[in-house]
Amino acid sequence: MGKKKSVEEINEKIRSGRAVVLTAEQVAAMGRESTPARIAEKVDVVTTGTFGPMCSSGMFINFGHTDPPMRMERLTLNNVPVFGGIAAVDAYIGATETALPHDQYGGAHVIEELIAGKDVLLQATAKGTDCYPRTEIRTLINRERVNEMIMFNPRNAYQNYNVAVNSTSKMKYTYMGTLLPSFGNATFSTSGELSPLLNDPEMRTIGIGTRIFFGGATGYVAWHGTQFNTGKPVNEHGVPVGNSATLALIGNAKEMDTRFIKAAYFEKYGVSIFVGVGIPIPVLDEDMARRVMIRNSQIETNVIDYGNPANGVLGRTDYQSLFSGEITLSGKKIRTAPLSSVKVAREIASILREEIVAGRFILTEPVELFRKTAGLNSLQIRL
Amino acid sequence: MKSRRFVLTFPPEATGEPITYNLIRKFDIMVNIVKADVTPGQVGHLVMEMTAPSKVLKEGMDYMKRQNVECVPIDRKITYSEDLCIHCGACSAVCFAGALTMNRSTAELVFEPEKCVMCELCLTACPLKLFSIDLG
Repeated sequence: MGKKKSVEEINEKIRSGRAVVLTAEQVAAMGRESTPARIAEKVDVVTTGTFGPMCSSGMFINFGHTDPPMRMERLTLNNVPVFGGIAAVDAYIGATETALPHDQYGGAHVIEELIAGKDVLLQATAKGTDCYPRTEIRTLINRERVNEMIMFNPRNAYQNYNVAVNSTSKMKYTYMGTLLPSFGNATFSTSGELSPLLNDPEMRTIGIGTRIFFGGATGYVAWHGTQFNTGKPVNEHGVPVGNSATLALIGNAKEMDTRFIKAAYFEKYGVSIFVGVGIPIPVLDEDMARRVMIRNSQIETNVIDYGNPANGVLGRTDYQSLFSGEITLSGKKIRTAPLSSVKVAREIASILREEIVAGRFILTEPVELFRKTAGLNSLQIRL
Repeated sequence: MKSRRFVLTFPPEATGEPITYNLIRKFDIMVNIVKADVTPGQVGHLVMEMTAPSKVLKEGMDYMKRQNVECVPIDRKITYSEDLCIHCGACSAVCFAGALTMNRSTAELVFEPEKCVMCELCLTACPLKLFSIDLG
């Protein structure tokens, strides 16, 4: 192994304006004519990016106290139910919660509107207590008037994900978009070689406390994400095949930008939210260089029948094929389409690169690395 | 000679005039019907590709106008808010006609209305609801 660099040494280079920072796409292209040893020597940081629908997202809000005060129990924001089962004027709005019967408008839209600085209607009721006598409230809130807007997303930035197809004779409406009958299309949702966790598949540099680009602001990795699974098979290039690790992310939504947080509605499925995430990867050694050199052709995933889940995995494909617009499954050509925006992912990786080059974004060493897991529990029906 | 795609809107009180037949026989316009939605007594729509020299095409369109049939290029009937598009690609998944595709190098959505068959699947497939069809 060649020379090793520490995160602190890389940060010194960033502070003195000497750091060599490339995006994951740039380093993947460079990797065609270079070796891990040379890249480890030349490149200090690689920036990644992703902008896809991430349902497991939401935001804590503290509304501030009224006079007399209130312990809000049943709350809505623009008629979308908000979880109030925490302290008096704290609440959590989930991205996928909807304002029934208007199921095309939901928490994601409220979050986007608050980030955009718009007024949102808060309505709440309470039983009233000696210390919190107010029993109802109806008012407008916005980004400037609330105390905190803390985005906390329990499961973001999936490391790889399935490809969805539909074998049935009927249209299927899913979180993977509209799937045409009889294998009429195939959808996928990662930014491939730009994707954060695909550039550090063993999470040697990403862990609790890692500073990241999050929705246009600076955020942090809070924990491993829910359904975190490091037990998936790994291909010859060291990349897990299919959905595996995830991240729980936290950041100040007051500083976020609606270019990188976008509400969405998937037909006959529901509301979701596009979240922009970018993670810088320090190129500590040859092993990390080899990881960040990963190309779309080397990242593989499973093709799953969303029309009939009992069919299980139908095949395996790679992201070069997926991005080409066509894959072949059992001899049949299938048109492919992404659901995650590579254009915005590139923008994120590029912004993060510029921030690091300008010395405004300093890298972190994880406070703690993630544990390895064997797999996931399924929910048993025990009654 | 260029092929162009149009949306023809027939009024409910159609005269019974064989419009498409006349476009072919009287004007020598090459016609390719892409989609037809015509029910007696209701406003009807025909998505049609027409190929003819521009002078002939103009004469055919004037004829349709006299018959109270609105004939509008398809790109004026289906629109999308390009400035709000995040280029996710979800609409391209359902566009079997190939009017919505992803540019591989720029990763941007490319919309070619001339290939549109007005299937309307993009209206619901777009997670940001940026497509709209104006059928009057």
